[in-house]
Amino acid sequence: MKLLKFLLVGIFFGIVLVKSEAVSWYRIYEMFKFQSFHMYGIIGSAVILGAISIWVLKKAKLKSTEGKEIYLPPKDKSFVRYILGGSIFGLGWALAGACPGPMYILLGTGVFSMLIVIGAAILGTFAYGFVRSRLPH
Amino acid sequence: MSSNLRTLCSIGGAGKYADFFRFDWKAQRWNLTVVLGAIIGGFISVQFLSDGSEIVLNPETISDLNQLGFENVGATLLPSEIYAWDNVLSLKGMAILIVAGFLVGFGTRYAGGCTSGHAITGLSNLQLPSLIAVVGFFLGGLVMTHFLLPLIF
Repeated sequence: MKLLKFLLVGIFFGIVLVKSEAVSWYRIYEMFKFQSFHMYGIIGSAVILGAISIWVLKKAKLKSTEGKEIYLPPKDKSFVRYILGGSIFGLGWALAGACPGPMYILLGTGVFSMLIVIGAAILGTFAYGFVRSRLPH
Repeated sequence: MSSNLRTLCSIGGAGKYADFFRFDWKAQRWNLTVVLGAIIGGFISVQFLSDGSEIVLNPETISDLNQLGFENVGATLLPSEIYAWDNVLSLKGMAILIVAGFLVGFGTRYAGGCTSGHAITGLSNLQLPSLIAVVGFFLGGLVMTHFLLPLIF
């Protein structure tokens, strides 16, 4: 029962991303071609709303449903891991047309070949964990 | 979203091979539940909330994709040229999905987040590292879209 709210958040997330077409390979391609405002509008409005929400969270010191103060840990300071890791991610994102959230959502829409992408993503994550200590961060 | 991939590795026993996967994955159950919800949300959207209308793309996008050999552009969420079983079950088609997934999985953990963690949450929280990661997302995405996709298709 405690997990129900997370299930509902996930369902909402899935519906919004399908109906906004953010899970579409074509929309990602169009975004990287700078041929439409569509994806920029989705991400941009999410960031603006997110920034306002986080500002309010911090100002009002709002608590989570578990009664704890909400704390967003700052990201580690670095350059190399973000630019390299980000670029590798970007190559895959533009090819698959799906990032980790939409992969699951698209599976739910009935695209079962997405299981191959998800399996490969798990493998990629495993490979990272395996070579992590040898990579510049 | 992407940290679930690490959790799935951990559940699968990857902790035997790397410290990175040695953590209490049960503490991540809430996040896996969001994934389950996302799958259900995808199902609900296509079963009950869609009328089958096409995606209204920029006509230039459609003609660019036609030139690459894509047909019925925008008729469905995903191109059959990449995701239909006929194409997936060829050497090239299988390689595309595996390479794409691998790059996403590897890159997102290296960068410490994906579109949701960096582009949306990170930028909302005014994190400079997230901005660098998003620049990386675009570097990779632009190279793939403008230089590599025309070579692949």
